[in-house]
Amino acid sequence: MSETAIYPHTDRSRDLSQPLSALGPDESLKANSDHLRGTIALSLLDRLTGAVAADDTKLMKFHGIYQQDDRDLRDERRRQKLEPAFQFMVRVRLAGGVCTPAQWLKLDELARAHGKETLRLTTRQTFQFHWILKHDLKATIQGLHDALLDTISACGDDARGVMCSVNPAISQLHADVYDLARRTSDRAIPRMRAYHEIWYDEERVATSEPEEPFYGATYMPRKFKIGFVIPPVNDIDVYAQDLGFIAIGGPAGLEGFNVAIGGGMGRSDQSAATYPRLADVIGYIPADQVFATAEAVMGVQRDYGDRRDRAKARFKYTIDEKGLDWIKAAIEARLGFALEPARPFHFTSNGDSFGWTEDETKRSHFTLFIENGRIVNRPDRPLMDGLREIARQHRGTFRVTPNQNLVIADIAAEDRPAIEQILRQYHLDGSNAQSALRLNSIACVALPTCGLAMAESERYLPDLLTKIEAILGTHGLQDEPITIRMSGCPNGCSRPYIAEIGFTGRAPAKYNLYLGGGFHGERLNKMYLENVGEGEILAALEKIIAHYAAERAAGEHFGDFAIRAGYVPEVREGRHFNN
Amino acid sequence: MNSVVRPPLKTSGGQGDQYQQGAMPSYALTATQWSRLRDLASSLSPAQALWVSGYLAGIANAADGLAMPVSLAEKPADEFAEAGRAGPRKLTILYGTESGNCQALAQSLAEQTREVGLAPTVTDMADYKPRLLKTEQDLLIITSTYGEGDPPQRAAGFFEFIEGRKAPSLPDLRFAVLALGDSAYEFFCEAGKKLDRRFEELGAERLLDRADCDIDFEEPATAWRKAVVAKLGEQAGGAAKASISPLQHGVATAPASAAARSYDKQHPFQAAVIENIVLSGRGASKEIRHLEVSLSGSDLSYEPGDALGVLANNDPALVDEVMAKLALDGATPVSLKAGETTLAQALTRHVEITTATPRFLDHWAKLSAAAELARLQAVDQTEERNAFLRGHQIIDIIRRFPVPGLDAGEFVSGLRPLQPRLYSIASSLAAAPEEAHLTVSVVRYDLNGDRRSGVASGHLADRAEPEAVLPVYVHANPHFRLPQDDRPIIMIGAGTGVAPYRAFLQEREVLGNGGPSWLVFGDRNFRSDFLYQAEWQRLMKDGVLTRMDVAFSRDRGVKKYVQHRLLEKAADIFAWLEEGANIYVCGDAANMAPDVHQTLATIIETQGNLSPGAAADYLRGLQRDERYQRDVY
Ligand code: SRM
Ligand SMILES: Cc1cc2nc3c(=O)[nH]c(=O)nc-3n(C[C@H](O)[C@H](O)[C@H](O)COP(=O)(O)OP(=O)(O)OC[C@H]3O[C@@H](n4cnc5c(N)ncnc54)[C@H](O)[C@@H]3O)c2cc1C
Ligand SMILES: Cc1cc2nc3c(=O)[nH]c(=O)nc-3n(C[C@H](O)[C@H](O)[C@H](O)COP(=O)(O)O)c2cc1C
Ligand code: SF4
Repeated sequence: MSETAIYPHTDRSRDLSQPLSALGPDESLKANSDHLRGTIALSLLDRLTGAVAADDTKLMKFHGIYQQDDRDLRDERRRQKLEPAFQFMVRVRLAGGVCTPAQWLKLDELARAHGKETLRLTTRQTFQFHWILKHDLKATIQGLHDALLDTISACGDDARGVMCSVNPAISQLHADVYDLARRTSDRAIPRMRAYHEIWYDEERVATSEPEEPFYGATYMPRKFKIGFVIPPVNDIDVYAQDLGFIAIGGPAGLEGFNVAIGGGMGRSDQSAATYPRLADVIGYIPADQVFATAEAVMGVQRDYGDRRDRAKARFKYTIDEKGLDWIKAAIEARLGFALEPARPFHFTSNGDSFGWTEDETKRSHFTLFIENGRIVNRPDRPLMDGLREIARQHRGTFRVTPNQNLVIADIAAEDRPAIEQILRQYHLDGSNAQSALRLNSIACVALPTCGLAMAESERYLPDLLTKIEAILGTHGLQDEPITIRMSGCPNGCSRPYIAEIGFTGRAPAKYNLYLGGGFHGERLNKMYLENVGEGEILAALEKIIAHYAAERAAGEHFGDFAIRAGYVPEVREGRHFNN
Repeated sequence: MNSVVRPPLKTSGGQGDQYQQGAMPSYALTATQWSRLRDLASSLSPAQALWVSGYLAGIANAADGLAMPVSLAEKPADEFAEAGRAGPRKLTILYGTESGNCQALAQSLAEQTREVGLAPTVTDMADYKPRLLKTEQDLLIITSTYGEGDPPQRAAGFFEFIEGRKAPSLPDLRFAVLALGDSAYEFFCEAGKKLDRRFEELGAERLLDRADCDIDFEEPATAWRKAVVAKLGEQAGGAAKASISPLQHGVATAPASAAARSYDKQHPFQAAVIENIVLSGRGASKEIRHLEVSLSGSDLSYEPGDALGVLANNDPALVDEVMAKLALDGATPVSLKAGETTLAQALTRHVEITTATPRFLDHWAKLSAAAELARLQAVDQTEERNAFLRGHQIIDIIRRFPVPGLDAGEFVSGLRPLQPRLYSIASSLAAAPEEAHLTVSVVRYDLNGDRRSGVASGHLADRAEPEAVLPVYVHANPHFRLPQDDRPIIMIGAGTGVAPYRAFLQEREVLGNGGPSWLVFGDRNFRSDFLYQAEWQRLMKDGVLTRMDVAFSRDRGVKKYVQHRLLEKAADIFAWLEEGANIYVCGDAANMAPDVHQTLATIIETQGNLSPGAAADYLRGLQRDERYQRDVY
């Protein structure tokens, strides 16, 4: 049965069915870009500027590349009659965050050569280079290619990096689910001949086949995020994904997945019509239906998503606009079968567990806390050098966690002492000795590279944490895990709206403070203070933490307490987040 | 709005003959004329002779279109003296110049010779047709030196001819050379020396020994002029005594820029600094500054292409150290040519106390009686002496060879006057009324363990905050000008060499005129040294600048200089030239300008299918037609 037969009356005035002239300008840009080629090749040759043409900046996102500028220098350079210090962020596509030591060494080498000697682990389990100059882009992309890595569709209106729980303790299940995540990523991304031509200097081949059989010329209305989670750890924050697969195992291992749709964080302070939303679990599929399901769900969003207003173009709004039932029916119509009822599952947290674990195959894994995912050498802690040394010796894999940390995974028993020795040698053995608060913290990148940042995040949260730690210390709560997340703007790249304590930047040194998120990512938080500075933040936390220490129920998490004690009301649906 | 009619453009290398207007006839008189003139001359009193000289000169000037001053005709002639033994010889004053010193000297020399009744022709070497040499009788030469003993660039053609095989023998010629230079350079006054040698080789008779003048050339140049005028006067017969110039009203010496005359080197305008910022971005290996000074309250005006002369002060810390080392009191009165002042004032404003000259070395060798210095004075020690001077500034010499009990006047007498420094003006009055903008590369270096700065650029960088006052004057640069019509222009500049092009484009933007323009800029690093980047980008967007190429020599990858970009775009460069484009080169004289010159020759040769000789002619033609203009330093 066709979708239109089920729901013939749905409003199609804002979707793909309309002529380009009726849609937003980005739709025409994509359609006229010759499948994402645009004038990128020419822009790269323009020696008068470190930037690329404005349209190319948008197209390059599909290539995993963002034009940025050093915001610390913006004003200074304007006065110096110089253009902004343009540079590029390059995001690697790395399904499930898994890479080999050889790939690590290449990433490290490229970061040292072109990326100001730093790498950034992201909240979607991959690596970002910052500070790459235009004339070094090609060398960087080609270097990645040498290590069988690419940046295709790491950004853009397409399927983004596919996430997968790291679950160091359950190896076989991880291997199976990771394999599906990787293959989903390979299938869901655009074919992107443009990428091969522009970055690898490959010839353009004439063909009568459609260049993008799934995406067409206008791709998705907006980014689309897929993630696989293996309970009981909701590390990927499955409820923040456009499409989440919750692994359901049986006695024989992986059986299938519950399907969750419609998660997303981004909102804006100006428009109450934008809001974070948690994904809804709509049913269960057997494991062999993952690709078909991904294609069906993406197809529905591709065809019905809002293409007039990018602020309303994410899948979460399509769902709230059409209704969950309508969407589910549309998905089932494409699949040709009805989803089974969701199976029971259980989450305990969305954080990482640090240090050494051993899995059922007796291989060891070491999870290393990396503050805000920033890999850089500091005088007292040569992290980048240490990890390079580990990569030289390591025979297993690395897994980037969704909390911006790193698992040195699959270490054979006999190799463990060598790894431990390197950790000691580079003063990394003490990295995990942090307060439970800090171990459960995330900050997005924000200044100075992020063009959208309104306030500091990565460069500020560590200091703020020190002050909050002092408060927790006085109340004996230094070992209490509390999720705390900061984003430099309301886009919410650190998934702050599901933290027990969340911050989003409003202006330099000014933040909104949110309370009441669920400890394992199951509940949105709610704004408690708007547009406040550090003094007010600390004063409020001081009061609430003292209250919590005095009156918490046994095992009660801080987020749950904030609601029970009446500091904020519970938010049950994204649509009501702004109420 | 732009209704300029484009004149037919000349695209060939041009032979130049078509520019010969009113060619000078040979001055040789027929035998009859000569005996009549001798008879007349022998019957005249000195005053009569003076009057007649004016009369005759008036006739010559009238033939050249100049009216004879009426008043002269009434001058009584009552005194008598013996006539000169020789007939009137043709007198030509040739000068080679870049910054105008030699031109000014040539003009005052001409004036002085007229005062003694001679009728000189004053010509820039750049405009002189060397074939005329054979017709010359008395030739006075004034030239400066640039680069590695090279002539002023526009005089290069004249030097090439004179030094080449085609130079005729000149047995009938008498000559004298006045050489200007700077003794801080290794090849001091070399261009003058070359001519002096060469004319002798060609058989000419040296009228007077050459004088080599340092940057404080006024005094020796005056002495030389006096001597040469005396020699000529002797020969012209007694008229040298005459003290008034009968023709002075008839001579039009065109000032370079009338408005700029009220302030000059000697009478600078006190300009307030309005802005002083570092243009170089973070991580730059150089410090380039953008300065804006206010000309408000002066009547100073300039044209795009002109330079601003800055009379900088020496670093006060250095002044203090010099005085301390010499145990001298800053309040001690000293007398300079300019008048009486205190030692501190003299060292701050009037004399050079950084670069040591051979003269200072001599001076200090005497005062200190140091054997090492004495040894360096020997004639055959040039190389060692130069090496020593490169490694020792005045303060280093004072430190190493102390002279106790030195008298302030004694010290100052060994120093050269502090010279103004020139900076190309980077703005147009049309765009920035009553302002002049400068692009200054700050000279900084380490020597003998100290961090040192250039005198002027250091002053501008460290002691010229907004509201500070700088003594300045306008230095006209008539040979670096935008075309009058809308022919295309190609502007090549490295580093601060881009400054005048900012003025050019500002002017064109405001006046809304001008043809296609192409800027080729080079510097070290794209990120930090792309001077005025945002402005060029805007000018491109607005269509004021048609094309731009850049070359950065220290970015990762292959080193690229402006000449590489020119070569890459050879076909277009040649096409623009063939369309009549003017080509400008500004900036570094040591490497960039010669490399660009060579590259242009190569481009013309390959693109125009010309022999190397023909390509060189083509370039010379451009230079002669003022379509290839350089401002290099
Ligand atoms: C690096 C990273 C944050 C981090 O510290 O780890 C990040 C960084 C940026 N995000 Fe994000 N986002 C990152 C995860 C997220 C997440 C978390 C997630 O997906 O689990 C979210 C919230 C989930 C969601 O999509 O709603 C997120 C929501 C956004 C949004 C808001 C999207 C929306 O539809 O509302 C933007 C802005 C936009 O797309 O217009 C954004 C835009 C950006 C950009 C590219 C800024 C821009 O568009 O110019 C940031 C680059 C900063 C920089 O200098 O690196 N980022 N961003 C994360 C990279 C993930 C990855 O590897 O792909
Ligand atoms: C027509 C013209 C236009 C010009 N336009 C510009 C312009 O637009 N912008 C600009 O910046 N300049 C320009 N200049 C150059 C400018 O006039 C000055 O020459 C320059 O600024 C240096 O002057 P200064 O007084 O700072 O340095 P000075 O005090 O004259 O010092 C220069 C001297 O420092 C010494 N020195 C330098 N480096 C070292 C070293 N490593 N070791 C030992 N000794 C060293 C040398 O003796 C050198 O001769 C122009 C020059 C001319 C002639
Ligand atoms: C870039 C530059 C290079 C110079 N090179 C020399 C040189 O090699 N030898 C020398 O004796 N004088 C040199 N001088 C000094 C000039 O010859 C001197 O300033 C002279 O007075 C200039 O006269 P002009 O204005 O007629 O050109 C140089 C001056 C400049 C600005
Ligand atoms: S949350 Fe905002 S400031 Fe932080 S990285 Fe994302 S877009 Fe930038």
